[in-house]
Amino acid sequence: MSSRELILGRVRAALRDRPRPGPVPREYRRTFPAADLDLLVDRLVDYRAEVHRVGEADIAATVARIVTGAVLVPEGLPAAWRPAGAVVDDRLAPDRIAAAAAVLTAAAVAVAETGTIVLDASPDQGRRIISLLPDVHVVVLRPAQVVASVSQALARLDPARPLTWISGPSATSDIELNRVEGVHGPRHLHVLLLDR
Amino acid sequence: MTTFLGMPATAPRGVGQLRGDRTFPQAAHAALGDAQLRRNLRHATATIRSRSGRVIAELPDWQQLRAAGSALKADVMARLPQLLQQLEARVSEAGGVVHWAADAHEANAIVTDLVRRTGSDRVIKVKSMATQEIGLNEALEAAGITPVETDLAELIVQLGDDRPSHILVPAIHRNRSEIRDIFRRSMPGVDPDLTDDPPVLAAAARKYLRETFLSTTVAVSGANFAVAETGTLAVVESEGNGRMCLTLPDTLITVMGLEKVVPTWADLEVFLQLLPRSSTGERMNPYTSMWTGVTPGDGPQNFHLVLLDNGRSAVLADPVGRQALHCIRCSACLNVCPVYERTGGHAYGSVYPGPIGAVLSPQLTGVADNASLPYASSLCGACFDACPVKIDIPSLLVHLRNRAPHPRAERAMMRAAAYLMDRPRAYARAQRAAKLARIAGRRGRGLPPPLSGWTAGRDLPPLPEQTFRDWWARRARAAEEA
Repeated sequence: MSSRELILGRVRAALRDRPRPGPVPREYRRTFPAADLDLLVDRLVDYRAEVHRVGEADIAATVARIVTGAVLVPEGLPAAWRPAGAVVDDRLAPDRIAAAAAVLTAAAVAVAETGTIVLDASPDQGRRIISLLPDVHVVVLRPAQVVASVSQALARLDPARPLTWISGPSATSDIELNRVEGVHGPRHLHVLLLDR
Repeated sequence: MTTFLGMPATAPRGVGQLRGDRTFPQAAHAALGDAQLRRNLRHATATIRSRSGRVIAELPDWQQLRAAGSALKADVMARLPQLLQQLEARVSEAGGVVHWAADAHEANAIVTDLVRRTGSDRVIKVKSMATQEIGLNEALEAAGITPVETDLAELIVQLGDDRPSHILVPAIHRNRSEIRDIFRRSMPGVDPDLTDDPPVLAAAARKYLRETFLSTTVAVSGANFAVAETGTLAVVESEGNGRMCLTLPDTLITVMGLEKVVPTWADLEVFLQLLPRSSTGERMNPYTSMWTGVTPGDGPQNFHLVLLDNGRSAVLADPVGRQALHCIRCSACLNVCPVYERTGGHAYGSVYPGPIGAVLSPQLTGVADNASLPYASSLCGACFDACPVKIDIPSLLVHLRNRAPHPRAERAMMRAAAYLMDRPRAYARAQRAAKLARIAGRRGRGLPPPLSGWTAGRDLPPLPEQTFRDWWARRARAAEEA
């Protein structure tokens, strides 16, 4: 007997009493008002991300002001967003990625209630590795990408894509529960929230 | 008793970390004498409690989310064979390979073999309860493979040659100066003038691990959730070490308890709200990674999922006890438990400490192997109130106490008590006898042997001046006379 058959047999035997749980009560909030951008900003700042509310035309200049050094960008990032001298990730080796001062990406969805930004590895966000190794991550967010709740974010996302949910910079609370930013991921998260 | 193939089985002895080498009272007795430990724990649990309470209060529908989480888990358990097969099919379609491990031995053998086939002699690890439960690090080391824990707390534990004491913050029993000392002693290449400032300590870990992340080709993780409908795995974390392990290597091996499956993608909306707020007291943990099989050109190109039984089918076989499998490992029950706060996690002997450990470990191993754990509780019920999926831990503790082996004298006494309580006249006579014994002037507050153990740590309540029966009879007589 294979372990698969053994385990499935054990589990079936364990359920000989044929439990019949009732329906799942779905009385929690499932409809939400329009996303509150100010709430998102408040939550992001609470998680020690830095928020810049800018027009689309100001993206490159804002990034240049935040970052000194090489800025890495995914291949699909709109050309108008790229700061001068941006390095394009055309399958760069990890040490080249780690050497970049910052990475600039778009995002897929953001959740106002929790201050969370989700990347889904679309061409304007790139491979997961590029938003992981550089010390600074700058994310451009369009207001239309912001939803109120976690459930709305899930509804917009494609589970077949690799997803990275980001709430503030890398942090640990392992030493006497003191929050320390930047253990392994980016130490600084900047969010450029575009005007409506 | 014969063991039939295909019958639910408990976790095997001699492997993994589900059994302590001392009983809970013995281990707790030692822990209670450690003032530093108690100070560290009190600070930590109080901090998490207040943080968690604050962010839970922000959600108007917390109780409705709990009800949904509880019902979803009950549904998962009832449909487990079907959901596991669905998960297996989806993961395989997405390019992953699914393995089934009946117990810790088999899981360790599968992972060791998979690592060997990559040619690597080192793996990077995401913090995972399942791999600690099966003693994977020990098995890998025995096979000549070096496992490197990458979660800061797990690294502290590993470098300190120590054991984790909390599900969420495994090094909660250590303060900053202890951690500095461990780093100075055991972290290769560390700055000898390292201070005990937390950012300095975190930076030392970052520097130490960076090169390892970039040069190791195999990672081992656990999973917080696995979606049957889509084959998607999810790991929640804070530091980014999880993202490193789940993104950089060529091969990813995920070891997951059978019970972690959730039915649909949309069901994550319940658990992703319950888990961070209950565990770290955050609205959302800094990082959550989700992946479905392999994605060409992005992340590991070989993905293996190991589905682990190791006693879970035995837990599932108990219609009362099976709700312990609903646990999402948030550790909220630890942080509110007066017993955990005073003894710490090591006293529980198993990788699963606190109230949930007191019900989960004895069921995974068979109650006889962890017989003292169902008593490691005051039955105050705080854990039930705190549990985001409403596991009735106090009732489970009582249920398991009934299944634990009892000393012969205690069994005899309980049988005698049951006999008396079934027979009103005999009971009344016994009460009079007890009263006479008191009048006769027996000193001290303990019971005589063989029951003296029971009163070693408890005061025997004084017998009332008057029994209820006497009072009732007198009252009736008084009414008649009036």
